[in-house]
Amino acid sequence: MTPRLVRVLLWAGLAFLWLPVALLVAYAFSASPVPFRWGGFSLRWFAALAANDRLLEAAWLSLRIAAGSATLATLLGGALGWVLARHGPFNGRALLGTLAGTPLVLPEVVTGLSLLLLFVALEGATGWPAGRGALTVLLAHATLGTAYAAVVIQSRLATRDRDLEEAAQDLGATPAAAFATVTLPLMAPALAAGWLLAFTLSLDDVVLASFTSGPSGTTLPVALFSMLRLGMTPEVNALATLLLVAAALTLALVGLLLRRRD
Amino acid sequence: MKALLRLVPGLWLTLLVAAPLALVAVLALSWQADGVPPYEPPWAGQGLNPDNLRLLLEDPHYRDSLLQSLVVAALTGGLCLLLAAPMGIGIARAGRWRNVLLAAVLLPFWTGFLIRIGAWIGLLRDEGWINAVLRALGLTQDPIPLLYTDGAMLLGMVHAYLPFAVLPIFAAATRLDPALEEAAADLGATPGHSFLTVTLPQLLPALAAAFLLVFIPAAGEYVIPELLGPPDATLVGRVVFQEFFQNRDWPVASALALALLALLTGPILLYQRLGRAG
Repeated sequence: MTPRLVRVLLWAGLAFLWLPVALLVAYAFSASPVPFRWGGFSLRWFAALAANDRLLEAAWLSLRIAAGSATLATLLGGALGWVLARHGPFNGRALLGTLAGTPLVLPEVVTGLSLLLLFVALEGATGWPAGRGALTVLLAHATLGTAYAAVVIQSRLATRDRDLEEAAQDLGATPAAAFATVTLPLMAPALAAGWLLAFTLSLDDVVLASFTSGPSGTTLPVALFSMLRLGMTPEVNALATLLLVAAALTLALVGLLLRRRD
Repeated sequence: MKALLRLVPGLWLTLLVAAPLALVAVLALSWQADGVPPYEPPWAGQGLNPDNLRLLLEDPHYRDSLLQSLVVAALTGGLCLLLAAPMGIGIARAGRWRNVLLAAVLLPFWTGFLIRIGAWIGLLRDEGWINAVLRALGLTQDPIPLLYTDGAMLLGMVHAYLPFAVLPIFAAATRLDPALEEAAADLGATPGHSFLTVTLPQLLPALAAAFLLVFIPAAGEYVIPELLGPPDATLVGRVVFQEFFQNRDWPVASALALALLALLTGPILLYQRLGRAG
């Protein structure tokens, strides 16, 4: 392919990715009650959104589930990434690696169905978890997030050699002090990136949440999904615009975090 | 401490990844029952139930849903590849704009796919933007039904999965040695010829990985067919939901999930092998 053809196709691809999103944002500021029709500039759909208690409640629940599951995922994924990158060969390493990689390649419906079956069977056998709701969604999201966080953290640790930690220990630091003052700061960007990745996955998930939530655990994506089933409203445009801004800020933050450390 | 670091994630993954998958296999061999939960495991007295898995092979409804899913996933993967190859190569060669362009590809992915599907609903509706443009141009009097068609479903899938396909191609394209293409040009190859004989062969593993990275999740896709596709697009993801939630036939839903997993095992192993090689 000639350089010019590559460039033309690149821009065509970017236009394909962005045009629907750009139109969505532009029409969020239209006064018309018909989605994607211009009725003059207005912020009425943002106001309508702010008055929609059901959606706000779902958004608040989603944020809490996302933050909780991302934190759990970062702790578990951090430990996993560390073990897989630094513990060398040990009994069960291959099994642990396979288990950690499995959620990455399973189709969502399979993961969702399997987790629901587990929660139902567990409840039948032990009485816990009692019913399904925010807690079961959080456990499902934490499991998926752990797999992603582990990959991010493991690959980060694999590219950093151990010389710095060993140097700290040679200079008299205890292993714990070397970990706290040398390794942890080195890992911090990967931990942050892993957390944000798990957070985003949780905020974007419909299928796992549909399977593992009861009537009490309607997350924002599940609410948005049932709104979209009935078609499109300008309120969705406004909501999408806010989420887009939040995502852009998050991505910029990740970029800054990763750049500052490199 | 060392043992604890292995034990805690290990137990978590055993309980929440391995045990649930084992349960799917058990359910696929269980009996549907009236009650909560609506199934009877093989050890409750009736033994193994081979009918659920047999049904998948014999009943065209289930068989076709699996086949249709593979076809749609392959089409999605192929179309993504066509779009992603020039994008990945173009971004890799963009010099100082590389990171900005990469962010431009990733940001829509980061914004959540529901929003992008919502945008397509708004564009494709009878009263939507595309029909309005077609009418304004005088190309049609009555709106052309675009939404809830196979085309809309495919469009939404390609749009949703395209960033997945760009990344591996981009990563491989940054490792290409431009000297090879220059050498080909010096020896008289046209740009098209040197692309086909020099660049493309080096990118083949990445192209295969990109295809699989789209194909594997697309085969089980539920949300996009549900929101953009025709009601009769009975892809396996949708049938699993229907069997599970509407028919409350947990064993058949599990058998379908197991069959999907079996069909994807080859592609998954191939993808992991490509990942290790790259």
